[in-house]
Amino acid sequence: MFDLDKWQEILGTMRKNKLRTFLTAFGVFWGIFMLVLLLGAGRGMQNGVQREFGNEAKNSLWIWQGKTTIPYQGMKPGRQIRFTNDDYEALAREVPGLASLARRNRLGGEYTLNYKTKNGSFPLYGANSTFFEINGETVLKGRFFNPNDLAEKRKVMILGRRAREVLFGDSIPPIGKYVNVKGVYFKVIGTYELDGGNGRREERSYIPFSTYQSIFDTKRRVNLMGALAKEGVSAAQVEEGVRKVLAARHRFSVDDKQAIGINNNEENFKRFTGLFAGIEAFVWFVGIGTLIAGIVGVSNIMLIIVKERTKEIGVRKALGATPWSIISLILQESVFITALSGYLGLLLGAGLLELMSIGIRQIEKSGGQAPYFTHPEVDLRVAIAATIILVISGAFAGLVPALKAARVKPIEALRAE
Amino acid sequence: MITLKQVHKYYSVGKNKLHVLKGLDVDIQEGELVSIMGSSGSGKSTMLNILGILDDYDEGEYHLNNTLIQNLSAKKAAYYRNRFLGFVFQSFNLLSFKTAQENVALPLYYQKVGRRKRNKLAMEYLEMVGLSDRADHTPSELSGGQKQRVALARALISQPKVILADEPTGALDTQTTQEVMDIFKEVHRKGITVVIVTHENEIAEQTDRVIRLRDGIIESDKVKQEELTVKE
Ligand SMILES: Nc1ncnc2c1ncn2[C@@H]1O[C@H](COP(=O)(O)OP(=O)(O)O)[C@@H](O)[C@H]1O
Ligand SMILES: [Mg+2]
Repeated sequence: MFDLDKWQEILGTMRKNKLRTFLTAFGVFWGIFMLVLLLGAGRGMQNGVQREFGNEAKNSLWIWQGKTTIPYQGMKPGRQIRFTNDDYEALAREVPGLASLARRNRLGGEYTLNYKTKNGSFPLYGANSTFFEINGETVLKGRFFNPNDLAEKRKVMILGRRAREVLFGDSIPPIGKYVNVKGVYFKVIGTYELDGGNGRREERSYIPFSTYQSIFDTKRRVNLMGALAKEGVSAAQVEEGVRKVLAARHRFSVDDKQAIGINNNEENFKRFTGLFAGIEAFVWFVGIGTLIAGIVGVSNIMLIIVKERTKEIGVRKALGATPWSIISLILQESVFITALSGYLGLLLGAGLLELMSIGIRQIEKSGGQAPYFTHPEVDLRVAIAATIILVISGAFAGLVPALKAARVKPIEALRAE
Repeated sequence: MITLKQVHKYYSVGKNKLHVLKGLDVDIQEGELVSIMGSSGSGKSTMLNILGILDDYDEGEYHLNNTLIQNLSAKKAAYYRNRFLGFVFQSFNLLSFKTAQENVALPLYYQKVGRRKRNKLAMEYLEMVGLSDRADHTPSELSGGQKQRVALARALISQPKVILADEPTGALDTQTTQEVMDIFKEVHRKGITVVIVTHENEIAEQTDRVIRLRDGIIESDKVKQEELTVKE
C-alpha cells in the first residue's frame, strides 16, 4: 500500500511549508525529549537512593553492642554491653519469628593479606553464611561457606573483588590459592561483589566464624549480629524479641535504646520506598503534564493547519480530489511529522541520558560520587508509548477538522481566507 | 453538453431564504463558446458554481454530458469535476507553495497519472499558454496575467469537455485580458465547450452566444447571427 506519489506530494507540501512543519515537529520533539529526560532523571534518583541503601536484605536487622544509659536493678548507667556466643545461641533459641541469625567479627590490629609477593592491608572478618544473606554479597566466582566449612572450622577464605584484584591481578585465578594472614594460610574458595561504600565493601575478606574464633579470638566474643525475619514476620517484631532476650540476659531496661544498637533495615526500607513512591508520583505527574502540554500543542497546531489549508482543500477538490484523498493527505502528513520528530526526541533524550550515564560512571571510577544520583536511564517502553500517544492524538486532532474540511462543499472551502 | 431545467437555488441568510436562481432553463451544446453577463448579484457565479459541481442546487435538473447531476456522492462529484470540467477563477486559486508546473500537473495527480508523465504534460500545457520559461516559478513570482494562464493550463490539462471561467479577466488589465481571451478562443477552436462569466462587453463580443441574467432570471439568450449562418 506504499503510494510513492502520495508521499512525494506529502514531502513536497512539507518542504514548501517549512515553518508549519517545524512548529509541529518541534512541539512533539520537545515534549518527548523532556519526557525522556524527566523519566531518566527520576530513575537516576531512584538508582542513587537504591545505591545508598545497598543490597541489604529488607526484612532484617543489625544488632551491635552499646552502653547502658538508664539505671537498672541498682546498676549505674554507662555499663558496656558485650556479646558472646551464648547471646547468639540464646537469640537463636528464644526470639520468635527468626529465620536465621548472623554474626561477624573483625580482626583488629596491624596485619596484611599476603599472596606470594603481593600483599594488601585489607580487613579480615569471620562470619557465618547468613551474614552474606543479610548484607547482600553476591558470588562472582566459586562459592560462599557451606555448613562443613563452619562445622569443621576449615581454613577457607572468601575475597572481595577489590582484594582479589590487588592480590591476584587479572591473570591468576584466585580459587584454590592460599592467602597468608598473620602466618595462617587460608584457601580461597570464592569471590564476591557488593555495591555501595565506594568499593570499600569489596576490600573485605571473610573466613568462617568458627575458624575465626578458634584462631584469632578464643574469648568467644561476638561483635555484630544480624537477624533475618521469617517470611510474613515483620523485622519490628523480631527487633522487639531481640531486645527482650538481650535485656534479660544483660540486665538492662528494655527501654534503654543505647544499651544495644539495632538498625532495622525494614524501617529504612520503608522510608526509602516512601521516597521512591514520592519520586515516582512526581515523575508521573510532571510527565503526564508534559504529555498533555504536548498533546494540546500538537492538536492546536493541527487545528490551525487544517484551517489554514481550507482554501487549498477547496482548490484540490475543485480539481477532482476525493474526500478520502484530502483526509489521508492531512493525516499522513501529521502522522509522519509527529512520528519522526517524536522518534528524534526519543533518540536525543536517550542519547543525552546515556552520555550522562557515561560521565557519571567516569566520575565514580575516579572515586567521586554524585549524591543520590546514578545511572539515569529510561524505560523505553514508556517513552515509546508516550510517542505513540502523541502521534495518535496529533492524528486525531487533525482528523476531526480534516473530516469536516473534506465534507464541506468545495465552493465553501474556496471562500475561506 | 449542459442542460439546466427549471433550476432554483436558495441561500439561507440567517432565518431567511434568499432566492438567488429562479428557474433557469439553459441548453449549451458541445463546442459552444458562451458568455454569461449580468449585473453584480444577479446570480452568475452561483450558476457557474452549480455547473462546475462546486455547489448544489435546490430544485430542477442539471444534466452534464447526459448525466443527471443530483445528490452525487462526494466521490462521484470529484470524478466528474476531474474528468469533465475545468474551472478558472477570478482569483486564480493557484497553490502558493507549488511551482507553476506542479500547479498545472495537480489535476493529473488526482487522475493517478504517473509523476513523469504528469510533469511532461504540464510542461506541454505551459508551453501552450506561453509560459514554459516560468515552469519553476511559484505564483508569487508571476504577474496576474501569467497566473491566469497557469490556471488555464491547469484547467485544460485534464482534457475536460467543459471549461468554466468566473470573471477570468476581472483582475487583469486590457493587454493581458486579450492574451487570456485568445487562449480561450483557441481552446474553443479545439472543440471544448467554454462558458465565461463576465461583465465586460469586449469579452462577450468575442463569444458566440451571450446569456444575460437579471435577478436570477434569464433576461435574454442571444446567439450571434453570423455564427448561426456558419452553423447552418
Ligand atoms: N454564500 C452565500 N450566502 C448567501 N448569499 C449569497 C452567497 N453567495 C452569493 N449570495 C447572494 O446571492 C446573490 C447572487 O450572487 P452571485 O451569484 O455571486 O452574483 P454575481 O456573481 O452575479 O455577482 C447575491 O445577492 C449574493 O449576495
Ligand atoms: Mg460573481
